[in-house]
Amino acid sequence: MSDNGTPHGEVVSHGGDDFGSDAVRLDQGHIEGSGGLPARFENPGLPPHVARMSDLSEKAAKRAEKQVATLFGIASLATIVFIIAYFTVDPEMTAFVPGIGEANPYNVILGVCLGLALLGCGMGAVHWAKTLMPDTEMVEERHPQRASDADRQRAVDNFLQEGGKSQIGRRPLIKFSLAGALALPPLALVLPLVGGLGPLPKDNLSKTIWKKGDRLVRDPELTPIKADQVTIGSVYHVLPANIKESHEVLEDKAKAAVLLMRLDPSIIKSKKEIDWGYDGIVAYSKICTHVGCPVGLYEQQTHHLLCPCHQSTFDVTEDCKVIFGPAKRPLPQLPIEVDSEGYLVARSGFHEAVGPSFWERG
Amino acid sequence: MSSTPYDADGLRRGDKAPETPYSPGMKKIGGVAGWLDDRTGAAKPIGYLMKKVFPDHWSFMLGEVAMYSMIICLLSGTFLTFWFVPSAGQVVYDGSYVPLKGITMSEAYRSTLDISFDIRGGLLIRQIHHWAALLFIVALSVHMLRVFFTGAFRKPRELNWVIGCILSMLALVEGFAGYSLPDDLLSGTGLRAAEGFMRSVPVLGSYISYFVFNGPFPGESIIPRLYSVHVLLLPAILVGLFTVHIGLVFVHKHTQYPGPGRTNNNVVGFPVMPVYAAKAGGFFFIVFGVVALISGLVTINPIWAYGPYDPSPVTAGSQPDWYMGFADGALRLLPGWLEFEAFGFTFSFNVMIGAILLIPVMYTLMALYPFLEAWVTGDKREHHLLDRPRNRPTRTALGVAALTMYGVLMFAAGNDLMAIKLHLSINDITHILRAAFFIAPVIAFWVTKRICLSLQRKDRDLVLHGRETGRIIRTADGKFFEQHEPLDPYARWNLVDYDTDQPLQLEAPADENGVASPTARKDRVRAALSRFYFDDSVPAVTPAELAAAHHDGHGHEAIEGAPADEDRPALESSRREAPPRP
Repeated sequence: MSDNGTPHGEVVSHGGDDFGSDAVRLDQGHIEGSGGLPARFENPGLPPHVARMSDLSEKAAKRAEKQVATLFGIASLATIVFIIAYFTVDPEMTAFVPGIGEANPYNVILGVCLGLALLGCGMGAVHWAKTLMPDTEMVEERHPQRASDADRQRAVDNFLQEGGKSQIGRRPLIKFSLAGALALPPLALVLPLVGGLGPLPKDNLSKTIWKKGDRLVRDPELTPIKADQVTIGSVYHVLPANIKESHEVLEDKAKAAVLLMRLDPSIIKSKKEIDWGYDGIVAYSKICTHVGCPVGLYEQQTHHLLCPCHQSTFDVTEDCKVIFGPAKRPLPQLPIEVDSEGYLVARSGFHEAVGPSFWERG
Repeated sequence: MSSTPYDADGLRRGDKAPETPYSPGMKKIGGVAGWLDDRTGAAKPIGYLMKKVFPDHWSFMLGEVAMYSMIICLLSGTFLTFWFVPSAGQVVYDGSYVPLKGITMSEAYRSTLDISFDIRGGLLIRQIHHWAALLFIVALSVHMLRVFFTGAFRKPRELNWVIGCILSMLALVEGFAGYSLPDDLLSGTGLRAAEGFMRSVPVLGSYISYFVFNGPFPGESIIPRLYSVHVLLLPAILVGLFTVHIGLVFVHKHTQYPGPGRTNNNVVGFPVMPVYAAKAGGFFFIVFGVVALISGLVTINPIWAYGPYDPSPVTAGSQPDWYMGFADGALRLLPGWLEFEAFGFTFSFNVMIGAILLIPVMYTLMALYPFLEAWVTGDKREHHLLDRPRNRPTRTALGVAALTMYGVLMFAAGNDLMAIKLHLSINDITHILRAAFFIAPVIAFWVTKRICLSLQRKDRDLVLHGRETGRIIRTADGKFFEQHEPLDPYARWNLVDYDTDQPLQLEAPADENGVASPTARKDRVRAALSRFYFDDSVPAVTPAELAAAHHDGHGHEAIEGAPADEDRPALESSRREAPPRP
């Protein structure tokens, strides 16, 4: 055992102590024929203390003191630069910052100054602790978490005997009515909260603002589209014309957004798709049937629609059936036709609920 | 009672002057402290706390980083509340960011732009808030891994582990609520998906969605509601639970790694005053400083580049913050056939498993682990000495397997980016990751366990044979051997101070009268699990083994089989003969 193994690192082998076991146990007998060696190694105690430079020489200690003071000095200095920069640098200026590129130097200067101020402060304190504060380890004894048997008994007694004086045990009427009195009133607080959270969905999730005869208009310009403007391979982001009269624009848009594409009718494999379209022009809900992201990516060559959120892929030539990814249902198709002026209009609303699945969509 | 008469001076005869005379400044502080103590009696607990000993190890700072980044979030978040307007009301932007002038947007988005461009230093604080939040969850996750792999969750700390699990899960929700607030295109897309998640709940889905959003998505209520959840409800729970968490650390006293002088019954380290006050206090500033530097130099969440939320457009590569990545990845991997219709109702398990069930199930399993392990080991003792991960091969392997599953999901959240950057097929990547989710953890388990066992055997070898010095000695009769230097008792102690559990023995399923034990089935499961955990454990070297190894000079093979050769003179303990060539 080393010189300073005791008293701090003293290791006493306990037999059956409160912890049930000790790291060092000598009480397990000896191994036969091993010359009386203990079953386990003994804890050698704390290793000898290695003195630091600053413990050995006053010069080194002085140097450490200067280093700490320098770090603290940086903290003050950086704060002063921060304050000056706060008032003098133009926040709207952009300039070339080395290593970053075109950036807003205002934010960079403030961030770097604040960072240096805080780092100087913190590193100074840590350096001080590591070089000049005591570095001899101390030992604290642990005690088992459980209270003594007497204390536990007293707690039980207090609870059962003293609590028993309330006579709850022999007055069942109070016991049961109390249970109700504690359990029910919170409902009076919860009900107004839950009840006021929102309206019932009714069949709103299954409806959109698309109606028969609604013109298809471009999003966001809201201009109507003529069938002959839709060339093969092109794609339009489309809303119903009546979105202009909507009082809940975002809510209606979140359900009614539609993608309009024109394909060569000969490559469309679904008869229903051709029937509901107009001369190869087809309209599909833009709201993904997985969790509702806009299906924003159209691959012209493969006629695939891809949802950027979770990569569900829909094949437009096959009535937007899912060919890859986590979605299950195809994108709902909007039946379209052409009105007397040659503009594309809805032949009816959607025939099923758009967007993510829900329990009662059926 | 002494009968010697004392006068006033006599009373002070034995007094000594204080070793360090107090300066006037200290006296003044002492006066204030005395005034406070007269009214609170705080001197006793504070005096105790100042001498409290904490063990020193770099891995104990991970929890500190989490604590400090949480404090940074609270500070910077308070700053942001002074300007942020939690309202979905539509306004037309007229601030100093030219590209968005004249665009209709929500007040939440406009005020976030104002914080970024019109409040001096506002962008810095916003970025500090976001970076600190990311760091918070990184630090608490790594802290949890440290606690898991070193077995710090064992009795008496199981409750604190459970509290930590709850804290970690709430931190994810808090983070999600926070980045959804600015109402930019990216965060709005996240909310859009969250609405889809809610709908996937059987029976109640559409009601939950309508109650949370106060009607159809997006509505004008979600931003103010998320705001009060983000700045009041969750922070209050987080801070409250955190206080209990750190309070229990004080009550239990910190665990320590095994080492010379450290036992299960003591704590070896430095006292709060002055060492930890300076180190931990300084460390807060270091963490804050690093966050400030990053926030000054690296842009995070540039909401001005995304534009205000609109349900129709979307950007490619839409991804949540990193800590939601695994849930997003799960959604990308779950196949569509998990959605089906039955009895006229829609069951969307393709969404619900990843979006609604994954996080609570994952955290429940994590919170239950200490109780499972305690049941398998049958260990009722308190544990204050940490395990080296290699000395618990099965636990370590289980942890790495779970981490691998998490990692696969995390990668899956980037399947689109990987496909683009690496020019691979997104379909192939997704198929491979689906398979990897089931296969990779098994491989990870096996590899980790073998590595742990090998490391344990390496430790045994080092203790038994010492360090190879590289010095070759030639004996008088022409033999060569390499000199080995035995470990000093301190270095050796690090390698031999661990217990090895033995698999539990199965009690007879029926007593001698043939009456079946009522717990026979449970016992069988328990014994099987115990074998799974401990069948191939490598015990620590005992003094007898070491003596035999020295004595025999042939390495530890001799210990296991052949009796020691008494005729051969024992070599000095520092040397060992090379085995003769056949």
